[in-house]
Amino acid sequence: MIEAAALTADDASAGDGDPASERVWADALTAAALLALDPSGCGGLRLRAGPGPARDSWMTYLSALIPAGTPVRRMPSGIGDERLLGGLDLAATLKAGRPIAMRGMLAEADGGLLIAAMAERLGGETAAKLSLALDRGAVRPERTGAAEEVSTRFGLILLDEGIEEEEAPPEALIDRLAFSIDLSAYRGPLETDGFPLPEEIEAARERLSAASVGDEAMRALVGAALALGVASARAPILALRVARAAAALDGRPEASMDDCALAARLVLAPRATRLPAPPEDQQEEEPEDRQEEEPPEPPEDPDQDPPSEEPEPPPDESEAKTPEEILVEAAQAALPRDLLERMRAGVKLRSPASAGRKGEIARSLTRGRPIGVRPGAPRPGQRLNVVETLRNAAPWQPLRRRERGEETGEAATRVEVRKDDFRITRFKRARETCTVFVVDASGSSAFNRLAEAKGAVELLLAECYSRRDQVALITFAGKTVDLALPPTRSLARAKKLLAGLPGGGGTPLAAAIDAAGELAGKLARAGRTPAIVLMTDGRANIARDGAGDPPRAAEESLSAARSFAAQGHAALLVDISPRPRENAQALAGALKARYLPLPRADARRLNDAVRGATGR
Amino acid sequence: MSAPFPFSAIVGQDEMKRALLIAAVDPHVGGVLAFGDRGTGKSTTVRALAALLPQIKVVEGCPYNCDPERPSPLCPHCEGDGTTPEGAKKASKGRRISAPVIDLPLGATEDRVVGALDLERALTRGEKAFEPGLLARANRGFLYIDEVNLLEDHLVDLLLDVAASGENLVEREGLSVRHPARFVLIGSGNPEEGELRPQLLDRFGLSVEVTTPNDLETRVEVVRRRDAYERDPSAFHERWAKEEAKIRRRIERARRLIGEVEAPEAAYRRASEICMALDTDGLRGELTLIRAARASAALDGKKTIEDESLRAVAPMALRHRLRRDPLDEAGSAVRVERGLGEVFAA
Repeated sequence: MIEAAALTADDASAGDGDPASERVWADALTAAALLALDPSGCGGLRLRAGPGPARDSWMTYLSALIPAGTPVRRMPSGIGDERLLGGLDLAATLKAGRPIAMRGMLAEADGGLLIAAMAERLGGETAAKLSLALDRGAVRPERTGAAEEVSTRFGLILLDEGIEEEEAPPEALIDRLAFSIDLSAYRGPLETDGFPLPEEIEAARERLSAASVGDEAMRALVGAALALGVASARAPILALRVARAAAALDGRPEASMDDCALAARLVLAPRATRLPAPPEDQQEEEPEDRQEEEPPEPPEDPDQDPPSEEPEPPPDESEAKTPEEILVEAAQAALPRDLLERMRAGVKLRSPASAGRKGEIARSLTRGRPIGVRPGAPRPGQRLNVVETLRNAAPWQPLRRRERGEETGEAATRVEVRKDDFRITRFKRARETCTVFVVDASGSSAFNRLAEAKGAVELLLAECYSRRDQVALITFAGKTVDLALPPTRSLARAKKLLAGLPGGGGTPLAAAIDAAGELAGKLARAGRTPAIVLMTDGRANIARDGAGDPPRAAEESLSAARSFAAQGHAALLVDISPRPRENAQALAGALKARYLPLPRADARRLNDAVRGATGR
Repeated sequence: MSAPFPFSAIVGQDEMKRALLIAAVDPHVGGVLAFGDRGTGKSTTVRALAALLPQIKVVEGCPYNCDPERPSPLCPHCEGDGTTPEGAKKASKGRRISAPVIDLPLGATEDRVVGALDLERALTRGEKAFEPGLLARANRGFLYIDEVNLLEDHLVDLLLDVAASGENLVEREGLSVRHPARFVLIGSGNPEEGELRPQLLDRFGLSVEVTTPNDLETRVEVVRRRDAYERDPSAFHERWAKEEAKIRRRIERARRLIGEVEAPEAAYRRASEICMALDTDGLRGELTLIRAARASAALDGKKTIEDESLRAVAPMALRHRLRRDPLDEAGSAVRVERGLGEVFAA
């Protein structure tokens, strides 16, 4: 957590949306009830929590709510297409002597729940297949043994065990699920009393199709989504369905404002990227007040019914509020305070778009993108391609059966597969490079020099593009180190960020090197090859603890550099001071990085240096 | 699965809708690529198109959807090249089907796409027979790939190749089959998931950028219609049936008209001027521009290509053919606009 590392401890979060508050547990159970009521309508739920009592209790509650006989399937993150979409059942096919199909998990989960374990490791391709099933409620897998269209109306539960902020399930999936619940910090009591019972869900299910959402409420939901900076058009639609489910649960034919507030809280809040501009006159006062008046004290009694414990709008102004404002407030109340503060400060939260596209460990030969088939018997760790193997065996069957019949004297019916028939699927293990730019945006004229080097940087980016490499951007200035751009292929974003980077402040070099080392380590574990390009003048003047103490800062940056070097990642230091300086050179030495003073670094040389550093 | 969301009920997204209609009027325009944000209705729109396409007449029993009046000379079924001796006779009979819009899902195996040895028959009867794949089913229709940027590169290559040549050549497992595979390739995707290889980009005829509408009214309307559709699909369809029929007639009329749409000398000059101003690679830009403008004019009921039609289709025909600055992604639309401004001001 680079950002967290840089932020100091004074933001011990607290607020309504405090991740440890019991409100979170209540939300989690309410979401479970709504999901059990309308699994395919809600799309599903992402539950961020490690394995543990909280997750177990939640799952137990949810399983109690779904009717007996409802299919529930658990899907591992590395599931193969054969199992996910369906295909040929090898054992049965060989036994029967004709192709026997095996149903895919998507089809099996129809009408029930599909639970993705370790969803933060799901790859983009699997996510895309799940997305299609969620969107259409049916898939036609187009695979031998699974060619027919099958219904796939299920609720998807993503068990997200990610720890780091960017370790998350694919955004394309999260976007399609109504709920996102974070229990990772919850340590409170795990009571489920007072929450909907199975019978109530059952009764509500009957009412669901009749429940409606009025036009005003609909407008308010869409308006609230817009005000909170929720771009996807799916969010308001999901919120609408959740409001309808909430109405059905309480036996109302039309969703009330409370139902919509609940939907805003559960569906829109986790997607919020900004806060609406408050009305002019109260704009200074109101948000501040609310924070101070609602301290993070031990939460309300858990017996309360969750929909009714909607964020109480400050009573003095409630008469003047439009429905939309009420919903925005409801959503706002569900946000953790630190997030609120960042939004309030006008920081547009980046969409976690590229989050969660984790590579897999490079050694495995059984995962990745299939790129073709080759003959050969499967050795351990390789995957037999059943369909292709049978295809190769097929034309020989009459002949082989005759042979076998002559040998054994009995009529053979089995499929005769011989060694020559074996076909193995080949997988492409993308060993991608990720170039991490660590850019000194401090006041020591650094950024002016960087602007001069813009051509070089752009060439580097263009190079990355043609190799389809990823880039990441870490910037540092003042007391903070910021992962401005998590690893992504969107170079346009990198360039935009770089161009718009303000300069100024001190140089927390040690913290920046720590952050770079941490990111590099993470990338390497994810199966990528990191390459660090550090652009600085090497004049550290902010120590790790944020103190302006140049000698200590320099000391620390050197020791940080040495521990970075111990990791053995490729690095390049571009000295952006007007004249090559000793401290930058010394730093490069400690980093075991190539040293390149900018005045001599034209685009070509810079590029060559990076290539040299990454060995490509 | 219920009937897809009606095309006419899709709010906004005019450029994407026009591009798809152009492809429906003139399949030779060379495919449509729709890139854009999540949840903007890209795939909804493509699937909605299926309901609008005029029906086609096909040879009874032909797995390649041959036209009974003009069966493809490549078709092993209808031309009777030896594999099915009775094929030629069948060519006289025909039946009407809705034009195929075939979904190519990620995870589809190559054998299902191109066709392969019929496993069932091979295993049970020891016969060597060809089982046609998706490309056969898509003949004379559309082939749709959602998340095209995630499809394996070798499959994308293969598809573009087949789409360009109009025939699928299968050489595997001792089979050697050639069959017609003329379809309009439609791809959609979200650029944040990964970009499409630049080599593939300009092989799509048209390219549109899809964005989320930002004003409240439009978004409310999107949600309102979606809600109405989900609550009662058949009533919703009934409500939009008239609009749907209107668009269908428009496509049919444009198809009849397109042969008569003239391209005056001025239009060719204009197209070249535009492409030169934008510095596009190769001549494919000009050709696509003219083709798309002709289809667009036909859709509008016009008989000559005027500046207006060229201007309307230039962004979708050219934005992916600009000399590519990989860092300047959002800029391509702006650059096209700028170039157009220059040309039309002169």
